[in-house]
Amino acid sequence: MESWLTNADLQAIWLTVRLATTTTLILFLLGTPLAWWLAKSRAWWKQPIGAIVALPLVLPPTVIGFYLLVALGPHGAIGQLTQSLGLGTLPFTFWGLVVASVIYSLPFMVQPLQNAFEAIGERPLEVAATLRASPLDTFFSVAVPLALPGFVTAGILSFAHTVGEFGVVLMIGGNIPGVSRVASVQIYDYVEAMEYANAHRLAAVMLVFSFLVLLAMYLWRPGKRKGI
Amino acid sequence: MQDIAVTCQIDWPGFALDVDLRLPGRGVTALFGPSGSGKTTLLRCIAGLERPSRGRLLFKGQIWQDERTWLPTHRRPLGYVFQEASLFPHLSVLGNLHYGLKRSPGARPEGLERAIELLGIGHLLARQPDTLSGGERQRVAIARALAVGPQVLLMDEPLAALDLKRKQEILPYLERLHDELDIPLLYVSHAPDEVARLADHIVVLDAGRAVASGPLTETLARLDLPIRLGEDAGVVLEATIGAIDDEWHLARVDFAGGNLWTRDRGLPVGHRARIRVLARDVSLAVADPGPSSIQNRLDGIVDSLGDDEHPGLLLVRVQVGTSQLIARLTRRSAAQLGIATGRPVRVQVKSVALME
Amino acid sequence: MNFPTPHLHGVCLSALLIFLLAAAAQAGEVQVAVAANFTAPAQQIAAEFERQTGHQARLSFGATGKFYAQISNGAPFEVFLSADDTTPARLEKEGQAVAGSRFTYAIGALALWSAKTELVDAQGEVLKSGSFKHLAIANPKTVPYGAAAIETLTQLKLLDATQPKFVQGENIAQTFQFVSTGNAELGFVALSQITKDGKLTDGSAWIVPGKLHEPIRQDAVTLVKGKDNPAAAAFMDYLKTPRAHAIITSFGYTLR
Repeated sequence: MESWLTNADLQAIWLTVRLATTTTLILFLLGTPLAWWLAKSRAWWKQPIGAIVALPLVLPPTVIGFYLLVALGPHGAIGQLTQSLGLGTLPFTFWGLVVASVIYSLPFMVQPLQNAFEAIGERPLEVAATLRASPLDTFFSVAVPLALPGFVTAGILSFAHTVGEFGVVLMIGGNIPGVSRVASVQIYDYVEAMEYANAHRLAAVMLVFSFLVLLAMYLWRPGKRKGI
Repeated sequence: MQDIAVTCQIDWPGFALDVDLRLPGRGVTALFGPSGSGKTTLLRCIAGLERPSRGRLLFKGQIWQDERTWLPTHRRPLGYVFQEASLFPHLSVLGNLHYGLKRSPGARPEGLERAIELLGIGHLLARQPDTLSGGERQRVAIARALAVGPQVLLMDEPLAALDLKRKQEILPYLERLHDELDIPLLYVSHAPDEVARLADHIVVLDAGRAVASGPLTETLARLDLPIRLGEDAGVVLEATIGAIDDEWHLARVDFAGGNLWTRDRGLPVGHRARIRVLARDVSLAVADPGPSSIQNRLDGIVDSLGDDEHPGLLLVRVQVGTSQLIARLTRRSAAQLGIATGRPVRVQVKSVALME
Repeated sequence: MNFPTPHLHGVCLSALLIFLLAAAAQAGEVQVAVAANFTAPAQQIAAEFERQTGHQARLSFGATGKFYAQISNGAPFEVFLSADDTTPARLEKEGQAVAGSRFTYAIGALALWSAKTELVDAQGEVLKSGSFKHLAIANPKTVPYGAAAIETLTQLKLLDATQPKFVQGENIAQTFQFVSTGNAELGFVALSQITKDGKLTDGSAWIVPGKLHEPIRQDAVTLVKGKDNPAAAAFMDYLKTPRAHAIITSFGYTLR
């Protein structure tokens, strides 16, 4: 592998994996309660919130990247907040990319989870209540195990989508090696510099990775269950 | 304060429930009525699965709900059996049984052992729910509800989703519950035979209101109630097997006021059983009709007359000893026989159902 | 005997179509790929060109490297205004451009710019002070302005000191964006991006003296697809007119 990919490539791949893993973990923490709320709430503002969550599906990355650059920048609302907290500004940092990726991959986490929670229905939750389980207990002992296929799908999709992210990273990353030069940006640089052989090698790695992830998802079938 | 006082008002689009009931704190109470009458909703209100717009629930002196109090379902000491077994598919049978047990500080493992034995599911414990038959699943669900050591068991048509064979498989277990449990059991049903077999007390619901509530035998024998039983109108009597006729394979059932012969079902003499006599199987005569295929004949006095659903028909309640039977006649034959309150009649019973 | 009316309509429509096609052919049209830094002057030049010649110039804007990849793979461009001089030379060598058509249409000037009004002094001393967190430059591997910025910093012996503060834009437009949003306090951008009618539009800037880096020659070339298109030839010629030169210099480019 070392002889085949350059050290810069390996650095970019390692950064990509770190970014995707961090993003996916944070998305599990944020997306799970949000998806649960979207699946269970009857509030009128549930639909607007659902639409906002889905926005990254349809918005071009340039729009998200541009707004993030402005909002996270020194004059933006979030930028002012992070500065007042002594964190500086987020663009051109790893955590800036994490924030952007969390926003950009949010629907890929929330929607599979929401569908999985909705598919459970009310009955198992009612059964748990009649068996003395508090709502929080019910969530962890019934809803989470029953929605497990949804968690797996959501995790894989969020991870893969973050790996495949390009436009937003390009716009707020600043292409700093080890900080924001992820694999997709590295490939773009190779193409721009007309170094097609290097581009081919790294692109092939991405292609194989993406294929394997999707293949795993198609092959992974949770045992079909009935009776609930 | 050993009874259950329920006031429950619900006003949903297209559905309203408005009941104010006192239910006995022991035995089986059937919540009976056609679909849409509100019986399941009432049961869910008692369980805390629905929150009525106005309600009050006093369970044996404990306040479960009033103007200021709302005890959520998981804090109410009840067991609940849903129409579908609703076992947790990610847990084994034992895992399902332990789910509630673990979360009930008061419940003891002996309670679960007894429930497993009572429902005959000891051989199923290691299985996954999706490998069980419908009847087995429902028995596990009942045991799971009992394992929490509930102070009341609520059952929402636990047999409705099962075919006849499965029903026959489960009914004996339900009868054991009736005989052996010392907690009250609220049982929602729209099937008269289940009610006749299991209930001690009946609440009849219609269009969101309780139209009758009382002990089963008394309530079924009331003629002034719009119990729309149709072909199922009749009475239930507590009886004992009095004698067996081996030659003709018949059994004599003795009840307060007389006895009747029915097919021998193998029950020993002295066994207590319920019998059900449907109004359509009872005919009346003013004089002894002479030899007839109907050999069950009793002497009685007409107690009261009531309207049937059909204008050509009449329900007649006859006092036989201390028991009451109901007969369904056409208005014409009643007129020709001169049937009226206080008139002595010969009662002929064509068929008796032994509820066992 | 009558002609059916639909037939008559058909005849009229055909005549109209032929007329329109003929007019279009006469006026001519040229597909031009334009390096992103030359966007604003190219639009003005195209408008003047259309007014004076009747030909239409259809402009596409983008990164030079990307245009190269597209042209190599059959993109329908006829004239290419590159951001550098190497790419047109390469295209010519590979036979994808018309030999001898290449010339320098503009020389880019580099500027150190900040959106803040007083940060950049007239001598660029701010670079030595180190009083900034991020310095935006265009990717030096792919963008001539980025390469020129590296050259400048090397000449000033500031490369090692400033390198940890680099944030790279993929093109000169993105580099401008990093600075204009304030995310980077400073950046090396094209003078053309911050100049309008010969004046600085916003913030503070130091125009990097041409001696600190190789001139940023931007070459134009006629591509093989435009070889026989009179409109393409007309556009190339128009770029050399005094009127076009005036527009180009007003955006901060030089010509010699």
